[in-house]
Amino acid sequence: MTNSVQHIIEAKNLVSHYGDRQVLNNVDFKVAKGEIRVIMGGSGSGKSTLLNHLLALLKPTSGDIVVDGVDVVNADRKTLLALRKKTGVAFQSGALFSSMTVGENIKLPLVRHTKLDANTIDIMTRLKLELMNLAGFEHLMPSELSGGMLKRAGLARAVIMDPKLLFFDEPSAGLDPVTAVELDELILKLRDAMNMTIVVVTHELESAFKIADKITVLFDGSVAVTGTVEEIKNSPDERIQNLINRRPRNEVVNAEQYIERLTTGKN
Amino acid sequence: MKYEQASHLQYSVLKLTGEVDLHNSPQVRKQLLAILNAGHSVLVDFAALSYIDSSGIATLVEAFNLAKNKALSLTIIEATGAPLQVLELTNLNKVFPMLASLDDVKE
Repeated sequence: MTNSVQHIIEAKNLVSHYGDRQVLNNVDFKVAKGEIRVIMGGSGSGKSTLLNHLLALLKPTSGDIVVDGVDVVNADRKTLLALRKKTGVAFQSGALFSSMTVGENIKLPLVRHTKLDANTIDIMTRLKLELMNLAGFEHLMPSELSGGMLKRAGLARAVIMDPKLLFFDEPSAGLDPVTAVELDELILKLRDAMNMTIVVVTHELESAFKIADKITVLFDGSVAVTGTVEEIKNSPDERIQNLINRRPRNEVVNAEQYIERLTTGKN
Repeated sequence: MKYEQASHLQYSVLKLTGEVDLHNSPQVRKQLLAILNAGHSVLVDFAALSYIDSSGIATLVEAFNLAKNKALSLTIIEATGAPLQVLELTNLNKVFPMLASLDDVKE
């Protein structure tokens, strides 16, 4: 088995509930080292829930999740903390601390988790600002940045420790087309130069087709398909063709269940 | 990561082997700054370097700037693969003098 692919993420039979409502249904999700994986699916399909499980922010009802050799479902806090130091996360909103400058936000993980010299930390911070086209914004407050800038600042902070694994939630949502394309290029470059494994949750088809090695499509909490861009484009699954061609869902209505839901609120 | 220090012509050579990361870049920094502070120009040999993270790159930037201020030089030798891609990603391949091999170094 010398040729077997090394997986940095391996989730098996993942089941998750919010209250009584099942949001993930036997999800299998494996990502190879150095891969760019895109997770797609409509709103409420379970994309963000899956992401939160991979980050060990939620505990599954059942199933296994191993990330970089760590069983994140059962790991203790210390083990999770060590894993998080090797993991970068960029959320939709940027999630910067409003009381700190952009530079202070970006360097925070280095200040907290390393013993690097202050000169090294400052240069690392500026290198990341340059990379994100934010040179010169170091001393501004987050409230002084535009939405696209905040997103890039959030990404700069996510990669400041050169993580092996980067999770990116909706990178191009709300960005102008040029900035969105630049961000896609950046994701590809980060993978190539830093050997990162990158998991991106996105709605943006164009972006997904450009950056993904493989795409996982979720529908109603289940994996509809995982495949290469070509495989997704050629999928015979009508729901996937609807997603790709932006056709609205035309679901079969079960009259009895529909009335039941409307009158009793039970699913 | 391992490093070896040697001389080549009037230069000090710092040969880096393996991976430079958050944990060992402070050692590289100490060596580089010591060489420059002793008044020697430096050749940083990347031939056996498989990976360099941004703390390593930041260290090179700081050392390059110190060399400039001291009218010395810092030259990267034989950068290929991932380390070259990191230099390209940060546009530092357009800033640092880069040579393909120690044989290309002139007195």
